[in-house]
Amino acid sequence: MAERGEPKSGSRLEKILRAGHFAFTGELGPPRGANAEAVKKKAAHLKGNVDSVNITDNQTAVVRMASWAACIFLLQEGLEPNFQMVCRDRNRLAMQSDILGAYAHGIRNILCLSGDHPKFGDQPNAKGVFDIDSMQLINLVKFMRDEKKFPSGTELDEPPRMFIGAASNPFAEPYEWRVQRLAKKIQAGADFVQTQCIYNMDRFREFMKKAVDMGLHEKCYILAGVTPMKSVGMAQYMAKSVPGMDVPESVINRLRGAGKGKASEEGIKFAIEQIQEFKEMEGVAGVHLMAIEWEHMVPEIAERAGVLPRPELS
Amino acid sequence: MIVAKRKPIEEIKKMLKGYKKVLNVGCGTCVAVCLAGGEKEVEVLNAQLDMARRLEEDPIEMGAFTCERQCDREYLGTLDEKVKQYEAILSMACGAGVQFIAERYPDKPVFPAVDTTFIGVNQGVGWYEERCRSCSSCVLGLTGGICPVTMCAKGLFNGPCGGTNKGMCEVSKDQPCAWHMIYERLKQQGRLDCIKELQPMTEWQNQVPRTVIQPGYRKPEKETEQQKA
Ligand code: SF4
Repeated sequence: MAERGEPKSGSRLEKILRAGHFAFTGELGPPRGANAEAVKKKAAHLKGNVDSVNITDNQTAVVRMASWAACIFLLQEGLEPNFQMVCRDRNRLAMQSDILGAYAHGIRNILCLSGDHPKFGDQPNAKGVFDIDSMQLINLVKFMRDEKKFPSGTELDEPPRMFIGAASNPFAEPYEWRVQRLAKKIQAGADFVQTQCIYNMDRFREFMKKAVDMGLHEKCYILAGVTPMKSVGMAQYMAKSVPGMDVPESVINRLRGAGKGKASEEGIKFAIEQIQEFKEMEGVAGVHLMAIEWEHMVPEIAERAGVLPRPELS
Repeated sequence: MIVAKRKPIEEIKKMLKGYKKVLNVGCGTCVAVCLAGGEKEVEVLNAQLDMARRLEEDPIEMGAFTCERQCDREYLGTLDEKVKQYEAILSMACGAGVQFIAERYPDKPVFPAVDTTFIGVNQGVGWYEERCRSCSSCVLGLTGGICPVTMCAKGLFNGPCGGTNKGMCEVSKDQPCAWHMIYERLKQQGRLDCIKELQPMTEWQNQVPRTVIQPGYRKPEKETEQQKA
């Protein structure tokens, strides 16, 4: 892939993707407290089974241990973190200093997000900052990394050489615009994207076809988002109550059809089939597995999906 | 127009505790149109306060006066004589009007009777909706006449976010997603190119109190200073 140029960062995830391996990334939500052991315990399930671990940033607007702090624990445990940063909780000044601090500590991946509205959390009247949006944040990190400057034009003494990630949701309206929006994120500086959890495979195939037709997969690595369903209740909740989530009736019926006590195994089977299809799908460079509060299942899912062992890098 | 909401009576009563003679000043412009603080609302509030304080056996004498515009010196002058007869002032104007009164009568305690809520439009009788945050950097030309700062719950300049839900905003089933509307309108007009390019970080102009002096005008204070010099 000639267009990719020189490596942009010191990220292991970037090296894996550049080498043409099918990437496999995981996710970890920090605890609601100052509990270091909780982070380490979850990390232990992921170690060796994924290439990089997204650390969520006050997801669903609920306060948790700082993403950068949990990222440092992962580094200490020998895992590569992917620092998620939302635009809801910081203005551009705090973002820049957190990016510098994170890089100085050895964090090499950053995922730039708008963030859920404060309304979803347990402190719904907190002021949402949104000084800049996710698109502008992507561009800000790229500017600091490539131009080695602050937005003011002042030189940075050591640029943060981050591998820049973004999110993409193929399942929210307006559908026709979603691929354009991905193109815009790439234009802004995204090196890789991780998609929203995929359940509607038809719509995702269509999205990928458009992305490939536009050549987006050659400019940016696209990782398909997978979250195994634990139960019929979880599927129904996601279908009804999670904005921007598309869970077709057929998926809910499949889980229901599995019978009592067997829905979670059926959910895992569906996830594994998905991963196998993504491995073959044109333009998909890897899978991002979000096993929410189910980290201990990651080794089994990875094993059964045939993504182990993870590539060793020299 | 500026839209305001009358504060709850309990809150107003609390502010006026201990005062026996208060002048309630309405405003004849925006807050009158949105039925929050015009002449009629002054009357209603005064009657409520009068009754409440009488029940508490702590009567209050409420004066009433509605001036054309509390944000305009020219009209405030009509108040000067009246104010002298009262201990305190209750203003039913927007926050600008309240402050202008407080500035004019620095020895009188001034209290707000409304919560200034937004710059908005009249959708029907008694029904108003926000449309502008007066950010000083209008992008409506690029966004199909729909304000992303005001109408998008996250104020995104490069939306829509991933939370759009069947054309509605992630924060509420009843609030249309601004970026969905922007997309539809620009598509209809064949102007989607307007939102294809990255909109760079906004240089916020509303982080300090703002002043506008229209071309050809000057601050009168400056003039007098210059004359003195
Ligand atoms: S759903 Fe639409 S209006 Fe709501 S925050 Fe996202 S882009 Fe803005």
